[in-house]
Amino acid sequence: MLNRRRFLMSTAAAGAAGLVASHLSPAFAEGAPQIQLFVPAAPGGGWDQTARTMDQVLRSEKLISGSQITNVGGAGGTVGLPQFISQWNGKGNSLMVAGMVMVGAIIANKAANNLTQVTPIARLTGEFEALVVPADSPFKTAADFVAALKADPTKVPVAGGSAGGSDHILFGLIAKTVGVPATNLSYVPFAGGGEALSALLGNQVAAGISGFGEFSEQIKAGALRLLAISADKRQDGIDAPTMREAGIDVELFNWRGVFAPPGVSDADKAAMITLVETMAKSDAWATECKNRNWTSILLTGDDYAKFVTEDSARIEAILKDLGLA
Amino acid sequence: METLGHLAHGFSVAFTPVNLLWCLLGTTLGTAIGVLPGLGPALTIALLLPITYQVAPEASFILFAGIYYGAMYGGSTTSILLNTPGESATIVTALEGNKMARSGRGGAALATSAIGSFVAGTIGTMGVAFLAPVVVKFALAFGPAEYFSLMVLAFITVSAVLGSSSVRGLTSLFAGFVIGMIGVDLQTGQPRFTFGMTELLDGVDVIIAAVGLFAVGETLYMASRRYAGKDEIVPLKGSLYMTSAEWGRSWKPWLRGAAIGFPIGAMPAGGAEIPTFLSYAIEKKLSKHKEEFGTVGAIEGVAGPEAANNASAAGVLVPMLTLGLPTSATAAIMLSAFQSYGINPGPLLLTTQGDLVWGLIASLFIANVILVILNLPLIGLWVRLLKIPAPQLYAGILVFATVGTYGISQSPIDLVILYLLGAAGFLMRRFDFPTAPVIIGMILGPLAETQFRRAMTISNGDWSVFYTHKLSLTLLTLAFIGLAGPHIWAFIEHRRRRGPEHVPGDA
Repeated sequence: MLNRRRFLMSTAAAGAAGLVASHLSPAFAEGAPQIQLFVPAAPGGGWDQTARTMDQVLRSEKLISGSQITNVGGAGGTVGLPQFISQWNGKGNSLMVAGMVMVGAIIANKAANNLTQVTPIARLTGEFEALVVPADSPFKTAADFVAALKADPTKVPVAGGSAGGSDHILFGLIAKTVGVPATNLSYVPFAGGGEALSALLGNQVAAGISGFGEFSEQIKAGALRLLAISADKRQDGIDAPTMREAGIDVELFNWRGVFAPPGVSDADKAAMITLVETMAKSDAWATECKNRNWTSILLTGDDYAKFVTEDSARIEAILKDLGLA
Repeated sequence: METLGHLAHGFSVAFTPVNLLWCLLGTTLGTAIGVLPGLGPALTIALLLPITYQVAPEASFILFAGIYYGAMYGGSTTSILLNTPGESATIVTALEGNKMARSGRGGAALATSAIGSFVAGTIGTMGVAFLAPVVVKFALAFGPAEYFSLMVLAFITVSAVLGSSSVRGLTSLFAGFVIGMIGVDLQTGQPRFTFGMTELLDGVDVIIAAVGLFAVGETLYMASRRYAGKDEIVPLKGSLYMTSAEWGRSWKPWLRGAAIGFPIGAMPAGGAEIPTFLSYAIEKKLSKHKEEFGTVGAIEGVAGPEAANNASAAGVLVPMLTLGLPTSATAAIMLSAFQSYGINPGPLLLTTQGDLVWGLIASLFIANVILVILNLPLIGLWVRLLKIPAPQLYAGILVFATVGTYGISQSPIDLVILYLLGAAGFLMRRFDFPTAPVIIGMILGPLAETQFRRAMTISNGDWSVFYTHKLSLTLLTLAFIGLAGPHIWAFIEHRRRRGPEHVPGDA
């Protein structure tokens, strides 16, 4: 009985999806389409800002006629993801904003769905992370920090974002590469960058790890000292070595990108990749990235899919070491 | 005096007709969203962020600041009239405010909350303008150990809302701890009490709990009593606004509330709820009308917490404008608005963006004036809500609570939680358990836990941090005095009056 009902429903759904798809496919790519953006987070955060900035740039570049943004927040995106997979299936004009945080949340929350079930379109931006210490800290270089960490990791409390987030992952990676067991680390998670920052300014902790943008103004004002950044190469205007140059063989971008729902046609996928690529190469997008301390790290289609798989494996391994997966 | 010059310049920025209009728009919008449970200032500003692409920075910050202050005013209205807090900072207001409304003094409760908000908001804004550098230094001295001690101090406020039986009150408090613990543990990332439901990973929203326990529970309780066929509409007693006696009882709580709210609001992990708890406890202790607390409603219990939450709203702006530290959701979103203009908020903001910052501060003064002008005449209109016959009024509250809750995250699970808690609220009411300690437990429990574990992580398991840090020790001592002081005092009084041979408890 149940089987028959499920069978009937699925054929009906497939039929409906087919109808919608055949209706949308050719229309989507032509002219300036209307698109749907799905943000699996509450308004105001990084993903939401990515979606709203995309909407702004796409419209100003006349690439779309408009967009509708839907927010379904909660649990690092793992509340929104199942909805995007089931309810947005086959909608060729839709994109979900997601990123490294969701990869971590899927693993830590043991979520039933993951990013292999959606269609990777493009990785757009990344924020490299910074390792900082208060201005009057005895640590002058990253090597000093590593030496202290090796001597006794429990004596080096490090502040950052929530447990299992990108900051915690980077700390785990640093410890792993310099040979300190991740389970001994003294990591002090804070709900937001602001609280972690105040713990640093108040000399409550030995060091801090977070997105470079969270710390940049304090570094400029001399309240914090920047020891190293997790970017792949030196950055213009930032007077600090990369982790690699400082002897810590780690590179990490807190990346954000977009995914189409499952079941979209190849034509829609290709059109969407072109659309997003055109946007990401525009001057307007470059200006927005500069204002927001985002680094453009464009990667599309299959390369992006491969990257997501590799990054998931790396994050899962480090979360296991940290005891979170 | 330099500050006065800057401020005068700020007023010249804020006093342009266009910016005044933005301010009016923001305050009106803020009042409206404050009234709705669920729609908070953070969400509203986030949704309005795209306007930063269209208008000048001054205009959008004046709009956002108006929304922020307006929400603080609006939140108290529904707390008082409908027992449905619109914001977590106005939960305490509902305790006495709604009792006052039930005994015909709703107008006075609304007036003392509006005028108290104005007084405290103005004091707080002056604090932002003149004291910011000093306050920020004090606020940064607060580490996890100090916060934990502050929470301990806040816990003694629970005794003020326990009601007649401490056992029942403490039971409620611990129920609040359990609800507060639902969700992902921030320190280890492990889910607790989520029963495998993704929707519970972020925990139960305190607004949903307050609306469920207070408003839905109350509605069910009303409905369960046999309907007698006649509606008791509480007639307004005395003046629509405040009598001179009520003025006399309000002004000190306003000032005390402002003095508590501003510094705690300025602390990176202070928030707006803790000062309202503390203010309520202090006003109850100091009041000459203790018998009115929890019965007909004491005006001090509205005036103090309302002043405290508005002053803390101003306090939040201190670390934001001086250090670029966002200490609340709303501040974080306002900071991201700075970034859309390519302005990086940080310690240099005051020097690099003087016009903007001082214009913003000046507009806060203006917003306060507009809000009190906007809100006082509205009181006459609002209190008419109470003339609606009970069945219709309570049906309306139920609809309002449901829509507001759905608005928080458009999640049907939230509605299930709302009605489960509503049923719990009904049972608690029926069997005479106080509901306010549940909310206090939900807010303070997880905060105290997080700060305690942070302090222990940093100190590597050394307990002495709680008494070797001077600030922490001071707070713990204050908490001890608050808890044990009255008993010791009563004991001494007793001995003095009855002679040394009589010990309390002697038959």
